[in-house]
Amino acid sequence: MLRIQVLGPGCANCQKLEALARQAVAGLGVEAEVDKVTDMREIMARGVMATPGLAVNNRLVSTGRVPSVSEVMTLIANVLAEESPG
Amino acid sequence: MAAERQAAVRLVAGLGLVALAWAGAYAALRPLADALTYDLLRLSRDSHLGSSVNFFLYDTPKVLLLLTGIVFLMGIVRTFFSPESTRRLLGGRREGVGNVAAAGLGVVTPFCSCSAVPLFIGFVEAGVPLGVTFSFLIAAPMVNEVAIVLLFGLVGWHIAVLYVALGLGIAITSGWVIGRLKMERHVEAFVYEMAVGQLDSEERLSWADRVGRARQAVREIVGRVWPFVVAAIAVGAGIHGYVPEDFLADVMGKGAWWTVPAAVVLGVPMYSNAAGIIPVVEALMDKGAATGTALAFMMSVIALSLPEMIILRRVLRWPLIAAFIGVVASGIVFVGYVFNLVS
Repeated sequence: MLRIQVLGPGCANCQKLEALARQAVAGLGVEAEVDKVTDMREIMARGVMATPGLAVNNRLVSTGRVPSVSEVMTLIANVLAEESPG
Repeated sequence: MAAERQAAVRLVAGLGLVALAWAGAYAALRPLADALTYDLLRLSRDSHLGSSVNFFLYDTPKVLLLLTGIVFLMGIVRTFFSPESTRRLLGGRREGVGNVAAAGLGVVTPFCSCSAVPLFIGFVEAGVPLGVTFSFLIAAPMVNEVAIVLLFGLVGWHIAVLYVALGLGIAITSGWVIGRLKMERHVEAFVYEMAVGQLDSEERLSWADRVGRARQAVREIVGRVWPFVVAAIAVGAGIHGYVPEDFLADVMGKGAWWTVPAAVVLGVPMYSNAAGIIPVVEALMDKGAATGTALAFMMSVIALSLPEMIILRRVLRWPLIAAFIGVVASGIVFVGYVFNLVS
């Protein structure tokens, strides 16, 4: 199953991005688990210096900004396309 | 290839049209405001009400237009910088040159005070000296496009230029002084032990992406600050027409030595963005407050805020936070005095 993570200590932008990620998942009609990473150690270990960060299946696809819903959908679709066999 | 070129032509043509429309609207501001106030509403040019209404009808669209234009341009500039690239540029750099570079990069690197902590850790990990990191953290919120536009639009270009120059000056010297104080041991130990990952790859952006991001910045920033701007100009317009010119000269004029430090101390617990505070500053100066006092107040409100200190407390111990506040506040007081002397 698709795993989407929002990395950030819980600021307003992080919450916005989490909501957007859920909308994007619903829009794409895929099954996904959306969760938050708030532990500063893990955020830093993933190389995120500007929050919020967005990771799809453990791949960081965006940092330091809140992309639009359609952009989040594209980012998710890109990862799915690259991972699907053939 | 042909399709790509077509898209590029469309992008340039679109931007050109928008720029033309922007310039046209800007040129039409004065005649439009005059026509609305004096012909349509039939207010007298000499009345308080006429002067206030005209001020409001001219200043509001002017400042909003300027804000939109500059936020868009800065949005484009910011797509060329990232915290990662800035960290690389500053890593291992000597103090002095490093402080200057950090203050300059603080202006153009996308920054939100909510990511001050990860940014701080990332900088320290990359070997950016503590004082250089502070130069960045001081310049980033203080010298921002909203402050510059509002000062330019509401107070005048010379004050806007001075604000930028002095803001950078304070960021550079304060960072340098903090570096000299050798306070590295007052950074929480875990900061040095933390493993910081590398991003696998930098994004490659097309011009269409950059324009898209800049438009998003306009929607986000202008969408957030416009109510403050309108409300503040309305208040300013009210003062403009009614309150006597040197109403504040006694309290906030050049005379008393204590006004500058008092303005700075008053500014620290106040937390506001540039949009909220500049119209107040404009009104203060309009009514006889000394330039240096008004600017010191504004810098203190924007650069030193309690919420940011509380966020930074997660990585810094109190002695370092106190030094940070003390050094920056002294710099602002100094700038305020110099301003009052020369203006």
